[in-house]
Amino acid sequence: MSDAIALSGAAVSRGGATVWSGVDLAIARGEFVAVLGPNGAGKSTFLDVVLGLLPLSAGGVSVLGEAPRAARARIGYLPQRRSFDSSTRVRGVDVVRLGLDGVRWGMPLPAALSASARAAAAKVDEVVELVGASAYAERPIGSLSGGEQQRLLIAQALVRDPQMLLLDEPLDSLDLPNQAAVAALVQRICRTQGVTVVLVAHDVNPILGYLDRVVYFAGGRGVEGPPREVIRADVLSGLYGSPIEVVETPSGRLIVVGTPDAGGHCGDCGGHDHASDAAHLIAEREPSG
Amino acid sequence: MSVSTPHVSWDLVTDWEQLTAYPFMVQALEAGAIVAVMAGAIGWFMVLRRQTFAGHTLAIISFPGAAAATLAAIPIAIGYFGACGLGALALAAVGRDGRNGRAGESAAIGTVQAFALGLGFLFVGLYGGQLAGLESLLFGTFLGITKGQVVTLLCIAVATLLLLAAIARPLFFASVDASVARAGGVPTRLLGVAFLLLLGMAVAATAEITGALLVFALLVTPAATAQLLTARPALGLVLSVVLAFLVTWLGLGIAYFSPYPVGFWVTSLSFGLYVLVRLAVELRHPDRGRPTARPPGRGRPNVRIPGQRTTAAGGPGQRTTAGGAGV
Repeated sequence: MSDAIALSGAAVSRGGATVWSGVDLAIARGEFVAVLGPNGAGKSTFLDVVLGLLPLSAGGVSVLGEAPRAARARIGYLPQRRSFDSSTRVRGVDVVRLGLDGVRWGMPLPAALSASARAAAAKVDEVVELVGASAYAERPIGSLSGGEQQRLLIAQALVRDPQMLLLDEPLDSLDLPNQAAVAALVQRICRTQGVTVVLVAHDVNPILGYLDRVVYFAGGRGVEGPPREVIRADVLSGLYGSPIEVVETPSGRLIVVGTPDAGGHCGDCGGHDHASDAAHLIAEREPSG
Repeated sequence: MSVSTPHVSWDLVTDWEQLTAYPFMVQALEAGAIVAVMAGAIGWFMVLRRQTFAGHTLAIISFPGAAAATLAAIPIAIGYFGACGLGALALAAVGRDGRNGRAGESAAIGTVQAFALGLGFLFVGLYGGQLAGLESLLFGTFLGITKGQVVTLLCIAVATLLLLAAIARPLFFASVDASVARAGGVPTRLLGVAFLLLLGMAVAATAEITGALLVFALLVTPAATAQLLTARPALGLVLSVVLAFLVTWLGLGIAYFSPYPVGFWVTSLSFGLYVLVRLAVELRHPDRGRPTARPPGRGRPNVRIPGQRTTAAGGPGQRTTAGGAGV
């Protein structure tokens, strides 16, 4: 079977500036893959290429054995986003249902009148159950917590039985217990449904134990491989072009220290990005001793 | 049948016979029903999309349109629909996808609104400043609807609602979840323009009956009430239409038997209904609509050093609290 995603000598540019170039990678079907790297290194750009929203400026790409646009219907996509605000008076199940047939013209018939509407409702119930959101899917989505919303949005991305899930920072707005729970959920879907999962992450640690492979973008290039072969001092130093240290804590968390935009001191979190939130702790503790 | 002075009674059949004794009243009820259905359905989407400010601006724009039509001695409907159609296109050009700052968008729309009011004032002045004409433009001419106007309204309402039905599902998608809709191939920009045009038609039709200033009694209030009552989209749409219809006909009926104007009754009824529903909802779910009511720790991640320090300082802090006057 063909690879889920294959890039060869790929380069992409946005607004005339090259984002990354010379990227070769092959992601096999059914793998759980994290896309890592600092802000602006081209992680979301990579998803745009896979979705066929952005053409390559050089090299080749194949997605599920086809050109990206042709494969689009078999991909479930969860964009990076802020959550629904509390005044959104639409039920969770309605949001999930939009993933199934929201792009179709016309208006849906009530389930009482149409067999296909009943089938759609059953499918929605099935994925809501799969992500464990049955208890609150009937409530307005704006009244739910970030973790609950994220589960429903994953259900929305899953509702068309995709062969691949692209998740853009799905853990970013969640607290630590919810990060762990959603990461476990995504891994379970990956294993039990045989879905390839490509997850853009800010922090690799919540998913580190589940990953088959990481793709790391930095310094205008990208490398891929098993997590512990990529998140290594020599590999990352080569990518960034400056000395990088990778520290492993006794509990197995990876901390990347010395990324160029982190420096020895950081004020607030806005402008930079680390492979690990724990790097904040190190970076901010140093000055104060 | 001789109904010289209408007199309300407990006999609803008699009341209905009195109400429909004059053609002007029948036409007002017909026009009211058409407008209510249209405003209820499109208003529901407007509230969902949070475009009430755009809707309000279109209502204001209808005023110079109608005034210009009066001045030029052409049918006033042309003024209403023409101005609202052009206004919708102007708003579509001013307001981007809603991505680059709602604030900038509303400021631009606000300037359009002020200019439209000024233009309307000019046209009324040029016409000779007849106060009665101005009042009906601003507060409606419920009781002066002709048979021809009813037919025109019906045609426009049918066309508008058919178009709305054709785009309803992707429009709902784009309204609730724009980024996923766009990624899935929904033409969100085009739908935004199409919806503004539909909104323009609904506003123009409503303004013709309720006047430019009372449009919201039918366009916003029933829809907002419906969204308070239910989060189910289909049920909400139906409720919005039913409520708009109810307040219109009740308002017309009450106004017929009372010395006060229709516009007052329609707005008061829809406002009263909204307040009642809002109170009921607040009483039943005191925390609804308040984001701060979430349990702590479910919002933003708190893994950064400030949180860590607080925890580390937790020991002495607690002791201070326990010691009371310690500090």
